[in-house]
Amino acid sequence: MSIIKTNNLERFYTEGGLTVKALNGVTLNIEEGEFTAIVGPSGSGKTTLLNVIGGLDSPTNGTVEIAGTEITNMKDNMLIDFRLKNIGFVFQAYNLIPVLSALENTEFIMLLQKEPKAKREERAKQLLKEVGLESQINKKPNEMSGGQQQRVAVARALASKPKFVLADEPTANLDSKSTADLLDIMHELNQKEKTTFIFSTHDQRVIDRATRVITLEDGKIISDETKK
Amino acid sequence: MTAIFLGVWSGVFIDALSLGMNNQRTENFLSTSIGHIQIHNPKYLEDNKISFTISNSNELLDFGKNIDGFHISNRTKIGGMVSSANGASAGNVVGIIPENEKEVSSIYESMVYGNYFEEYKKNGIVIGRKLAEKLKVKVNSKIILTFQDPNNEIIASAFRIQGIYKTANSRFDEMNVFVQQQDLARIMNTEILIHESGIWLDNKENVDQVTENLKANFPKLEVRSWKIIAPDLSYTDEIMMQMLYIIMLIILAALAFGIINTMLMAILERRRELGMLMAVGMNKTKLFSMVVIETIFLSLISGPLGLFVAYLSVEYFKVNGMDFSSVAAGLEDVGYSTIVYFDMDPEFYFGTLVMVVTTAILSSIYPAYKALQLNPVESIRGI
Repeated sequence: MSIIKTNNLERFYTEGGLTVKALNGVTLNIEEGEFTAIVGPSGSGKTTLLNVIGGLDSPTNGTVEIAGTEITNMKDNMLIDFRLKNIGFVFQAYNLIPVLSALENTEFIMLLQKEPKAKREERAKQLLKEVGLESQINKKPNEMSGGQQQRVAVARALASKPKFVLADEPTANLDSKSTADLLDIMHELNQKEKTTFIFSTHDQRVIDRATRVITLEDGKIISDETKK
Repeated sequence: MTAIFLGVWSGVFIDALSLGMNNQRTENFLSTSIGHIQIHNPKYLEDNKISFTISNSNELLDFGKNIDGFHISNRTKIGGMVSSANGASAGNVVGIIPENEKEVSSIYESMVYGNYFEEYKKNGIVIGRKLAEKLKVKVNSKIILTFQDPNNEIIASAFRIQGIYKTANSRFDEMNVFVQQQDLARIMNTEILIHESGIWLDNKENVDQVTENLKANFPKLEVRSWKIIAPDLSYTDEIMMQMLYIIMLIILAALAFGIINTMLMAILERRRELGMLMAVGMNKTKLFSMVVIETIFLSLISGPLGLFVAYLSVEYFKVNGMDFSSVAAGLEDVGYSTIVYFDMDPEFYFGTLVMVVTTAILSSIYPAYKALQLNPVESIRGI
């Protein structure tokens, strides 16, 4: 089943009087349960594509459909609510809330969803266990390594039971061991729970683990390879 | 938080100081020179002639007996010259009965040298310290009083200084000398002449009512309350609370800019987190409320704390006073005490609290609005 459909996506910026075509006619389908890497050189449009798919940015032209719902023309508050219910985000710089513990950071999205405390806590603990942080649940972000923080970010992204997770360069700030650990965790979640992951990345280790690799250049898809 | 705390504390502190200074100045003037009500022969007020007396002053004494908390002192009041071997000065010679005068004036509490007619001494006189310094005299020195008698004859008589007083009003101290009425009558060879009746009420709130009552009973006399005699004091008294709120409002306006600046900085520092919250699904209402609530929360901790510390400071200086003796001369020239005892209306604390909370709410709106303007994509990347 197709979970993400984009049709002829275009995103143009004007910089210093020049029009930059960050996305230039991107059409793609992503199926449920895929482990997809979007790759390409800097400035190829990877992050812009993720932002448009995630409803954080609006396309200049074209449409985005998530699980059958077109989000391109949604109003701000509806889109925010849609993101809350359907999309998980993992950011390059982790973006955890520094004053909250790992458990509280993971619970936070469920708090926005108005889940009861007991349910929030149970799921957050379960997710932190799955990402191997069951002994770190009370630690604040500054008491954890980068790899651990990114694992908390993955747990947070999954907390709302999203239809898919968008991860923008999730391993860019991690060392090899942390990268390997994180990929193992995400791969396992993908295999066991059929969670759909879409990464933008430069990292060959991520590309190697992806089941589908979409390559962008100058805002266009130049290759789309599914591994067997 | 510190800014709010200091703002509230300093606002209340300055207001309590101002109110204390004003109240003391009013009380000083009332208790030393004006009293609550004065009664004169109307002609005396136009021309301070010695012959314009209050002929029925005994009736005033009888009238006062029927009113609780009513104290009266009938005075002889003559303009004259006070001179010593070292100089001379114009002034008012006030003839009193010390026991009665003590009921309406606090001068007897302001003695710095000698005493306030503790025992009768023929031709004893009590003068102000400022005048004593000017004439270079001290207790037991002789000075000469020169004035006109009812027959317009110039009389000069020697008096011996029995006491020297000092009030918070140095001009009053320079201008007024007190002698016993019987001495003046003897020197002028007249009966006791009454030019002024000074009245003091235990309850200042009754001044208007008693004034009206006196006017009705003594229509031929000029009865004036202190509000008429010294309209500047009365006016200052009336507008003081408004002034205090205006001072507080100015401080709170500065505070509002502080709050806005602090919260804008906080938003700038946390834009990555705020961008993340917007990205993952925090809606605009919640984001707006979060910034507003944080601002109000900070204000509600630091505002009441500032008020509480201000209350403690005010209570301390209410009892112990704040010493301004380094600028004593300047203050005393305009009737202020050198030790200022703070004062504050309890209602003002509540009013200030309401103003702080209102300021906090209003100040939180702009930073919250700015938070809503953040672009989540740019904020997450720290642009």
